[in-house]
Amino acid sequence: MEATRPVSRSTPRPTSRPAYRLTRDRVTALLMLAPSVVAIGVFVYGFIAWTGFVSLTQWSGILANLRFNGLENYVSIFNTGRFQTDIRNTVVFTTLFVVLTLLLGFVLAVLVDQRVRGETIFRSIYLFPMSLSFIVTGVAMAWVFTPGNWQNGDPTGINLLFKQMGLGWFQSGWITDASIWPGGGWFPDWSRTRIGLPLAMLPVVAAATWQMSGFTMAMYLAGLRAIPDEMREAARVDGATEWQVIRYIILPQLTPVTLSAIIVLGHVSLKIFDLIMTMTGGGPGNATDVPGIYMYEITFKANKVAEGAAVAMVMLVLVALVIVPYLISNMRNAQEG
Amino acid sequence: MRYTKMLLTAVSLLMILAFVAACGGGQTAAPAAQPAQKPAAVQPTTAPAVQPTQAAAQKPAAGAKKLEIFSWWTNGGEATGLEKMYGIYKQKNAGVEIVNATVAGGAGTNAKTVLKTRLQGGQPPDSWQVHAGKELTSYVDAGQMQPLTAFFKEQGYDKVMPKLLLDQITYKNEIWSVPVNIHRSNVLWYNKKVFAANNLQPPKTLDDFFKVADALKAKGVTPLAVGGKDKFENGHLFESVLLATYGPDDYAKLFAPGTKWDDAKLTQAIDTMKKMLGYANSDRSALGWADAAQLVLDGKAGMTIMGDWAHGYFLSKNAKPDVDYGWAAAPGTDGVFLWLSDSFGLAKGAPNPDQAKAWLMVCGSKEGQDAFNPAKGSIPARTDADKSLYDVYLKYSIDSFGANKLAPSIVHGAAAPEPYMVAYGNALEVFSSDLDTKTVKQALTDAGKEIK
Amino acid sequence: MATRTITTQPYILRHWPRLIIYIIMIGFALIYLIPVYLLIITSLKSFDQVSLSRMWELPTGLSFQSFERAWEVMHQSFVNSLLLVIPATVISCLLGSMNGYILSKWKFPYADVVFTLILFGMFIPYQSVLLPLVETLRQIKLYGSIPGLILTHVVYGIPITTLIFRNYYAGIPTELVEASGIDGAGFFGVYRHVIFPLSVPGFVVVAIWQFTSIWNEFLFGLIITNAPELRPVTVALQNLSGSQYTQWNVQMAGALMVALPTLLIYILLGRYFLRGMMAGALKG
Repeated sequence: MEATRPVSRSTPRPTSRPAYRLTRDRVTALLMLAPSVVAIGVFVYGFIAWTGFVSLTQWSGILANLRFNGLENYVSIFNTGRFQTDIRNTVVFTTLFVVLTLLLGFVLAVLVDQRVRGETIFRSIYLFPMSLSFIVTGVAMAWVFTPGNWQNGDPTGINLLFKQMGLGWFQSGWITDASIWPGGGWFPDWSRTRIGLPLAMLPVVAAATWQMSGFTMAMYLAGLRAIPDEMREAARVDGATEWQVIRYIILPQLTPVTLSAIIVLGHVSLKIFDLIMTMTGGGPGNATDVPGIYMYEITFKANKVAEGAAVAMVMLVLVALVIVPYLISNMRNAQEG
Repeated sequence: MRYTKMLLTAVSLLMILAFVAACGGGQTAAPAAQPAQKPAAVQPTTAPAVQPTQAAAQKPAAGAKKLEIFSWWTNGGEATGLEKMYGIYKQKNAGVEIVNATVAGGAGTNAKTVLKTRLQGGQPPDSWQVHAGKELTSYVDAGQMQPLTAFFKEQGYDKVMPKLLLDQITYKNEIWSVPVNIHRSNVLWYNKKVFAANNLQPPKTLDDFFKVADALKAKGVTPLAVGGKDKFENGHLFESVLLATYGPDDYAKLFAPGTKWDDAKLTQAIDTMKKMLGYANSDRSALGWADAAQLVLDGKAGMTIMGDWAHGYFLSKNAKPDVDYGWAAAPGTDGVFLWLSDSFGLAKGAPNPDQAKAWLMVCGSKEGQDAFNPAKGSIPARTDADKSLYDVYLKYSIDSFGANKLAPSIVHGAAAPEPYMVAYGNALEVFSSDLDTKTVKQALTDAGKEIK
Repeated sequence: MATRTITTQPYILRHWPRLIIYIIMIGFALIYLIPVYLLIITSLKSFDQVSLSRMWELPTGLSFQSFERAWEVMHQSFVNSLLLVIPATVISCLLGSMNGYILSKWKFPYADVVFTLILFGMFIPYQSVLLPLVETLRQIKLYGSIPGLILTHVVYGIPITTLIFRNYYAGIPTELVEASGIDGAGFFGVYRHVIFPLSVPGFVVVAIWQFTSIWNEFLFGLIITNAPELRPVTVALQNLSGSQYTQWNVQMAGALMVALPTLLIYILLGRYFLRGMMAGALKG
């Protein structure tokens, strides 16, 4: 099937499509699609509209107060240090998580692709974290990355392992390290948060990567094995070096896989919640806090429903800014293909 | 070849799935269709007998009396204590079925989320757990609770609960919930063996505290164990510091509407807190309060300031009170009891108001409180409890509660409304990590505006 | 689409000594297993043995008390989760397959726009939809019930299942569909005789994905089923820890038990998952 795809894609289509006419089958098709469209219309776009509406009201209490409040809620959250920190954290987490998961998945796929003995076992070990819930991962990883009193020779978690292996140099504050890299972060006047990379986020990224790298491994492995031998052989006959084959034959073939993986990882990452709740609770300070947690807390603990809705809207806009260009280019390709 | 095998496996798997789904669908549909009948398969064996909520939404069948109690007591002594109160309730109200709706996790946010979505959906439980005091004002403001002042008079609770406590849980001239227990927030727990080995006494004042802390530090013991993972520990520590800095009377004034939260004493309290955190473990943001208590138990840390649920934790670890660990009022707060209280209210529009009132009678009764509290590890809100039922720490606590001045806890919902609690708690967690006195003061000033 | 056997040889690293490759792979495997080791040994300890500073040490004796305790609290919710996850997975698969089929083989004007709009639904933050969700479910009388939870999971599963099936079906030559169309097969005929028989790898991928994510989902389970006897496992797992201190041995035993069904699925069906991926699910 793989082999047929590129062919069918490159096959030139007649430039003028036949006009779309409703036949019985086409009506059936539309009817079969209708329930999903309606469901998404209500549960996604209806709710987004609801959220957008609420974000413009004065709702701050257990019962609805729908008096118009203009953009006050947006002004209020953007002036909150915690929300600014959360935006920074989302950007940092998403970037690191997506890049590292893709890289690690690729490395694992290449390794598993070596026709080694026990391939199934290795593959299962790399894949199994995906079956766990983020809550379980969070509980286990919180223990792993709790540093203990390592400065005074009483480490716990991974620091303890390092110490016992004689790798004491690697000990660190992990999820308790509140510092911002580089150099404490950039703290301009207009910002209420330090701009930079919160180091406590790294263990959280590691945990999420641990969980999802098996997934990218599976995707890349599938991609690697779908590349026909003849293509590589042809290139080698032409005198291409190993690196050139990777660069010009293998990586381009894997681009569609990478794009799909980015979409899936991106949606996991932008919605990350359970993992951070159980692993760090958002701490130290707000160093690993994300908008999902903030939204949850101010909506249901502080009853600021309208402000929570404003947070959700800002998140959606940010997501749209990143995703929509991809979706549109994807759509164009599909139409051309 | 392989493909065929795979196809067969997958198809048979799907068929099994579909088959089970068909059966499953039938079972889940059943309770919705027939609220009065309970399919045996959906019955838990350990939880008290219960019925699906769809039944509650529709009219319960005649004769089937029900009571739904919502709380976050899912496990341990608190769940045992709750079961004991249910036992008493069932003795007195034969034939009533109790739905024990409990939700834990998320540092308390999960329970609030479930409760608030239910209230917005117009499906309140008959009675829900809430911290007595200002935490419940948002429910009152939303018209979700019924005033209980008359009920208190009728039951005589106003005579057996301290007047100061009743004053502090009065909102808009009414009492809204029945306090089941009292916990104390300002308790200093210390490792007795470490203190004895170093000839130390639990510090009485803040100055003493820093002397003791220096002595412990010199011996290589972390002076103060602090947590942070449960997102209340730093706020908890700070409320004791506030109380020590302001004194009980000025502390109480902090929560009057319109208080500015920017005076010199606040700066002083923040500086004290910063100095204290200098003696604390550096991994505090990764530790829950119980992990911090464990450091004290292990002798790795000398002291921790935590509510008296720490006592319950020590007991669960087979430690001996007054031998392995000791307690005193948090430094500078001797003679003041910084209280918090779990309580139950009456929902407006409760599906079963009569049963709910009967439940509140159990909550407020001597019998109910004396059954619940020894198991939970707290003391009764009533002053006429049977002291012989309580252990050595709780006896001390009962005496202090009777003799001390009372001050309401901030982080545990007694002193200030929910929006303030969230802002205050976050401000202190941030402070604990960056120790930036200017930012935290600004954040506390901002938070103060939430006290309306 | 005929029988596919893996014939390609690895290109990258093919000149590396095998030993090095094995060492790297075993190294990764050990790192991957650390958290599980932690879960298992902690769950076998008694509560007074549990402590951060002795977390890597093996338990002094085997104690299955934690598992008994966790099972006692959670067994009902395992039934609930099965009643939830199986129908939801089946419906998700069928719906996704149908959508993918329509959006790839029965394209209509703006079909790609519709697809893009559906896909965007994947990114909605769940914390923000809780209030309107509860209200909507209440209107259709499904609030507080497992069917309501099934509906929610199916709806929020539409984007990803549609994406997977659409990508997958894009690999089936349109000529095949057109040929059977000429043979007189209509919309359902083509689906039954051409598409469905070729869909198995896609179904496996989607089924595994949906089963896992629904099984592990927490927030909807918490909000939608508020009766204690309808709770799914993730909510029951949270309830294992009280509002005060957590008995980590019991918590981790519970976590292992919750993970077991999905773990089994991955171990038993992992290879099919991979083949489904190779067959085109989740590709470009």
